[in-house]
Amino acid sequence: MKRATIKQERLRIWEGWLSVFRTIQRVVREPLGAMGLVLVVAVLISAIGADLWSTHDPNKINVRAAFASPSLEHFLGTDQLGRDIFSRVLVGGQIALKVSLVSIGAALIIGLTLGLIAGFGPKWLDNILMLLFDSVRSFPTVMFALAVVTLFGPSLTTVMVVVVVTQIPIYGRMVRSQTLALKTSEFILTERAMGAGFFRIISLHILPNVIGPLLILASMDIPFVITIEAGLSFLGMGVRPPTPSWGTILNDGYSYIYNTPWPVIAGGLPVVLTTLGFTFLGESLRDAFDPKLRKDS
Amino acid sequence: MLLYFLKRIVLGVVIVVIAVSLLYAMIHLVPGDPVKTILGPRASPEIQAQIREKMGLNDPLPLQIVKFLGNVATGDLGEDVFKRKSVNTIVFEQLPHTIYLVLAGIGWALLIGIPLGCFAAVYQNSILDRVVGILSVSCIAIPTFLVAIYSVLLFAVTLKWLPAIGAGDGSLLSYVRHLILPAFAVGLGWVGYLARLIRASMLEIMGESHVRNARAFGLKERTIVFKYVLRLAVLPTITLIGMGIGILLSSAVFVEIVFARPGIGRLIYDAVTSRNYPVVMGSVLVTTVLFVVSTTLADLINAMVDPRLRARD
Repeated sequence: MKRATIKQERLRIWEGWLSVFRTIQRVVREPLGAMGLVLVVAVLISAIGADLWSTHDPNKINVRAAFASPSLEHFLGTDQLGRDIFSRVLVGGQIALKVSLVSIGAALIIGLTLGLIAGFGPKWLDNILMLLFDSVRSFPTVMFALAVVTLFGPSLTTVMVVVVVTQIPIYGRMVRSQTLALKTSEFILTERAMGAGFFRIISLHILPNVIGPLLILASMDIPFVITIEAGLSFLGMGVRPPTPSWGTILNDGYSYIYNTPWPVIAGGLPVVLTTLGFTFLGESLRDAFDPKLRKDS
Repeated sequence: MLLYFLKRIVLGVVIVVIAVSLLYAMIHLVPGDPVKTILGPRASPEIQAQIREKMGLNDPLPLQIVKFLGNVATGDLGEDVFKRKSVNTIVFEQLPHTIYLVLAGIGWALLIGIPLGCFAAVYQNSILDRVVGILSVSCIAIPTFLVAIYSVLLFAVTLKWLPAIGAGDGSLLSYVRHLILPAFAVGLGWVGYLARLIRASMLEIMGESHVRNARAFGLKERTIVFKYVLRLAVLPTITLIGMGIGILLSSAVFVEIVFARPGIGRLIYDAVTSRNYPVVMGSVLVTTVLFVVSTTLADLINAMVDPRLRARD
């Protein structure tokens, strides 16, 4: 490689980082974005270091200490079996984040591939894929989840399968429409005329243009996935006891809501804070990246 | 126009057929015998064979699907083998409860959400606008089942203002009282959706030339807002609600379970937990049809209002 091109390449990378930095700056300047970022970072820190911060073994049963109100010993009180809710909430957060990262990642990769195929492939394949996407989306999510749980039984894997299957069409559709728009754009037609191969066009021209909006979409999906996980676990169709999850804490708490309000408050608040955090952050990220993407304008 | 209508309707039917076939195939391809899961391991082989024959499980899978679809086309959703009751009766007994719930939820959301969005648009960039913005994002972000749980905690357990469980003892007053909290939970997110939508579409319309002309004629601001802007701005809500039936039905499941209300969501949940496949199939089918019909209707209304969409296909 010639010196000049190496220099150019470096410049390009540097400019890329600069634009990322500028976006973050723009996000933080908005009060909502800053709040979102703080909440998200707080949730991430508490979940990643859950084992460090937790004060008790989340599954240790101590029936004599059941239904304790918050105190210095138990920050958020104890549940019906005397387990420390604070520690359970922390570990539950870890599980919620794990589920969302794994399933959104998988849905992203499959959706991207299918979307590219639909956008680049022959028309009939495109039609079939679109019809499939529409059919999957035509089940209301929770109904679909319930149907899948009937088949495979309740477990964390089931939750992930539900999320992956319901999210693939969203990503696939978006990648497809972007690809279709780009396919006939002048710079790609030129590239083709110059004899560029299929993979060169995809990796050099389509992917960089698709990945940004796709990642924003994915970050805005995290609250949705966390809601699904908590919701299904609340219904007893997700995470199985005794594994702590925000949903199972809520479920246990709801059965004893007349005894003590604390488990319900402690199990629900993290869900609210996490979804709010990711939503605020996602909204301001979207506005900062591309005002055109705004749904409501 | 007619061609577009036909195309959309055919597409809707095709989607329902595919969705139902997928579900049917999934239920029957899963390892494990549905009959054994239903009857338990201790059922005698004769009974198992009898039930299997009755459910038509001896036919090859594609034939089963065709048979099922044929029955559905004639309006027969099958039979609940345990209760010896037709699935139609079971589903349509529960459906009205869910429809009342969804209507009440959407109703109050419209009553609050449209004025909020209207104010936010008229006083754009004011403090009020900002507050409405944050409120609507928050309403959208908080999951329905949490709203349901927290409203039980606040209004039923702590304040004891409203009942939390069931659908009342049959009298209208008690039914309405039991509907208030669930409808609140179903509608809260929609207040946010609607406020945002109305605000955005009003701002868009306010920039159009007919509004400028009205101003130039010296019409009162109030007349302009209500007669020229809001009237057009409420149109997209039809699409939003049509598209949102899925979300509404999903939240109905949670709300019906939290409040122990009868309804289609609860029916599906109970059928799933007891592995009652015919009821699962029937009720999921009905909700899917509801969903596809409403999205198709929303599309069609949209196409009537906005001719550009028809051409895009």
